[in-house]
Amino acid sequence: MKVIKKKFNIILSVIFILFAQNVYAVESKDPIKLTLHDWTGQLITTNIMAEVLKEAGYNIELIPADYIAQFAGLQTGDLHVAMEMWETTGRDAIDEYTADGRVVNVGSTGMDAIEEWWYPSYMKEKCPGLPNWEALNDCAEAFATPETSPKGRYLGGPVTWGGYDDERVEALELDWEVIHAGTDGALFAELESAYQRKAPIMLWVYAPHWAPSKYSGEFVDFPPYTTECYTDPSWGINKNAAYDCGKPRGPIWKVASSMLKDKWPGAYDAIEAFTLDSNEMGNLVASVDLDGNTVEAVVADWMSNNKDRWGSWIK
Amino acid sequence: MKNNNIFNKITFISLLLLTFVFYWYGKEIANYFDSKWILKYPKHHAFPFAIYTTTFVKWLINEASFGLFTFRDVTRSFAWIIEQPYNLVLAIISKGILKGQGQDATLILSPLSWVSIIGIFFTLALYTKDKFLIILVVFAIIYLAVFDQWQSSMITLSSIIIAVPIGVLLGILFGVLCYKSQLIEKIITPILDLMQTVPVFAYLVPILVMFGFGPVSALIATIIYAMPPMVRTTILALNNIDPQIKESGIMSGCTDRQLMWKVLIPVSKPTLLIGVNQVIMLSLNMVIIASMIGAGGLGYDVLASLRRLDIGGGIESGIAIVVLAIALDRLSQSFANLPTLTKKTRVSFYTKYKKIIFLLLYIIGVYLLGSFFSFFKFFPENLMINTSAFWEELVKYININYFDNLENFKITLLTYFMLPIKKFFLGIPWPWFIIIITLIGWYFGKLKLAALCFVLSVFIVTTGLWQKAMITLYLCGSSVIIASLIGIPLGIWAGLNKKADKILTAFIDTLQTLPSFVYLIPVVMLFRVGDFTAMIAVILYALAPAVRYTAHGVKNINNQIIEAALICGCSPRQLLFKIKLPLAIPEILLGINQTIMLALSMLVITALVGTRDLGQEVYIGLTKADIGRGLIAGLCVAFIAIIADRIIKAGSNKLKNKYGIK
Repeated sequence: MKVIKKKFNIILSVIFILFAQNVYAVESKDPIKLTLHDWTGQLITTNIMAEVLKEAGYNIELIPADYIAQFAGLQTGDLHVAMEMWETTGRDAIDEYTADGRVVNVGSTGMDAIEEWWYPSYMKEKCPGLPNWEALNDCAEAFATPETSPKGRYLGGPVTWGGYDDERVEALELDWEVIHAGTDGALFAELESAYQRKAPIMLWVYAPHWAPSKYSGEFVDFPPYTTECYTDPSWGINKNAAYDCGKPRGPIWKVASSMLKDKWPGAYDAIEAFTLDSNEMGNLVASVDLDGNTVEAVVADWMSNNKDRWGSWIK
Repeated sequence: MKNNNIFNKITFISLLLLTFVFYWYGKEIANYFDSKWILKYPKHHAFPFAIYTTTFVKWLINEASFGLFTFRDVTRSFAWIIEQPYNLVLAIISKGILKGQGQDATLILSPLSWVSIIGIFFTLALYTKDKFLIILVVFAIIYLAVFDQWQSSMITLSSIIIAVPIGVLLGILFGVLCYKSQLIEKIITPILDLMQTVPVFAYLVPILVMFGFGPVSALIATIIYAMPPMVRTTILALNNIDPQIKESGIMSGCTDRQLMWKVLIPVSKPTLLIGVNQVIMLSLNMVIIASMIGAGGLGYDVLASLRRLDIGGGIESGIAIVVLAIALDRLSQSFANLPTLTKKTRVSFYTKYKKIIFLLLYIIGVYLLGSFFSFFKFFPENLMINTSAFWEELVKYININYFDNLENFKITLLTYFMLPIKKFFLGIPWPWFIIIITLIGWYFGKLKLAALCFVLSVFIVTTGLWQKAMITLYLCGSSVIIASLIGIPLGIWAGLNKKADKILTAFIDTLQTLPSFVYLIPVVMLFRVGDFTAMIAVILYALAPAVRYTAHGVKNINNQIIEAALICGCSPRQLLFKIKLPLAIPEILLGINQTIMLALSMLVITALVGTRDLGQEVYIGLTKADIGRGLIAGLCVAFIAIIADRIIKAGSNKLKNKYGIK
């Protein structure tokens, strides 16, 4: 009797294991660690990916981490996936850490980052020539502050973001002064402040972000970016200087630790297949930051509306 | 003697005049001799410290090996040891005991609920028998629940519960070692200086690689930053012990070890507790930075709400940090002041542990009730308060109605105060600046200090960061001047008036533990990005020691001197200006010294509002993941701090000798 019971137990557990294997066609049960940063868009991207991977049977852990500092963790394999690495701000870090192959670029998220000079629409009354960049010099004074007067004041991104705005002002002979904000918080704090007072402001805004949906305004139209514009002085309006055009629009990349592919090849494929549209993301972000929904609710909503799409990622 | 004095004055004045000549005519002189290098250190002569440092650190953390195991294995196992107690505490008060990992994990035992945590803090406070403290602590914990900060606070609290004891123990240990051996003290003191003054951002990346990404790295960064005051106070306490006590210990036949742990350490307990207090405060200061490297908790909430420009959310989380700091600090202080029971009376087990037994029963009761009523498990959501809208409206109101006034105020201060200082520092040719610094070192501390000042400032020049170092000096200098102008009068007031003292202490504790990120956004909204905003942030943070040390100095003047003055017929005003203040000057100087240290440690934060100083260089190093660049800029900050510290301390000692105070 006892023997039979034992055998029965073994058979049961074998069936259970087989069954489990069928449901979860998964490599390792260790948790895959995805990093969370401090802006909503990234939280949404990461949570969608996490939910999809959970559906595929993977074990997921979400870990708050700094945008750049996380690379140290990705490199050593303490962290595994970072869902948003912007071409525009993360290029140096990507180059630095993918060089020895311990961090890999998993391809684009399908979203494109836009970064450009931006102004609120109430400024159009004072400067009707906008968004054409040629109007910038005519209304420089309308954008001046006591410190920059008579030049216009342009609030650029932190120096670490690059962007060549100082060079751009020079090349396009703009009567503007570039002031660098130290961080993105400071940048939007100034926008909020100016918007409340309907005061003049011209600053660096990027999308996808909640700011373009919260405040009404436009990007300035510069001569469109080409590679030659940044490398060849003779290109463009100013024959003697490079950077006489707008900023490049770069993809948002996904990066991962190289161990992801070895340990969870299926998850790697799913992450590689992940794509979202910039507009779609803009709407999701607005739904969280402007309508006050939680990230979880928005993600759950997206999951139930897009079953086919994410279903194809984990096939 | 008198001749010497006059000679000193003449040298001083002529040096000052020369400095101004160089400042006004620096450019002309440089042009005349066709030597621009006087004004700007040539770039190609800058020594590539940064590149060498990067290579070395990379080799250390990626390749260095001791045969059987690598350097990283050592650091990683160290991390593992710290991680175990942390995980335990985290499980008890925040996560619950889980089985499995990730979303597969199942809850075996739920964590202590808010009702239980209140019970624990209440019991702890009961031991101190201080009614005011009991109320304070309970209200503090309730704040966390009511303002929906519970989850994050408990994560932060767990890291504090682990970091503070480790910091205190290591601090006492190193302190004792330094006390016993002069050699060790000589080695450790400069290391302590660096630990306190190199901005944390500078070594964040190497720490992450060594100890792994997550709470442990954050804990280690916290301990590095918070431990030095503990070492210092331990050395101070042991050195100040009455030699008679030590002798009586030796006479009663203590072994070396007994003498240390049974006599000297217990005797110096009151001083040691000041160190503990500092460790708690500094650990809570680190909460924000720790959250950037995976600690989560309240710091992460503050950062995330700033990213959304949710001023109120940031303030609520920030105040939660303050509330935790004040509750823990006051608790630890009253425990310090408890009379130690030495009588060995026989009491029954029950009377001895009555409170703990009650607490355990209470926790079990709450736990059981929790399975029936969710009130005992989670604080009901409909009772929570959210003040976001209020703060937003407040800032909006000020912004719309007073922006122009604030702008005028700002521009006046900028043109007549800050810009002249900036021009002054940037205008002096660097060789002359080094000579002046060395001479100042000579005046206060003879050859040794002069050599130190010379070597450290030459290092800064050769890194090619001189320009940024001067902007740093200008920002710190103007902030310290204003902070002293505000802080010293407040300190005097607190020293003379007990009620004012109480209010000011609470105010200062708040300023020091409220993360600067919280007020950065409103300040930017009202004053725009730039040096002025940075200065306000620095002043708010660095004000505390100026008040504290001044108050301490004014309060602790020898009573006999005051009585003598009163007998001589001093009016209160004379007493203050002729007796108390001059005698408090050495202490006030130390306060200014600490203000400078705090101002320098705020540098990295000011980089976030767009300054172009060394702090920015450190920040660039971090965001570009350039280890060497960050570390070298960090060292420059540290060296400025060390020069300022040594000169002021030497000055303070000179004054103390003059007044015959010890």
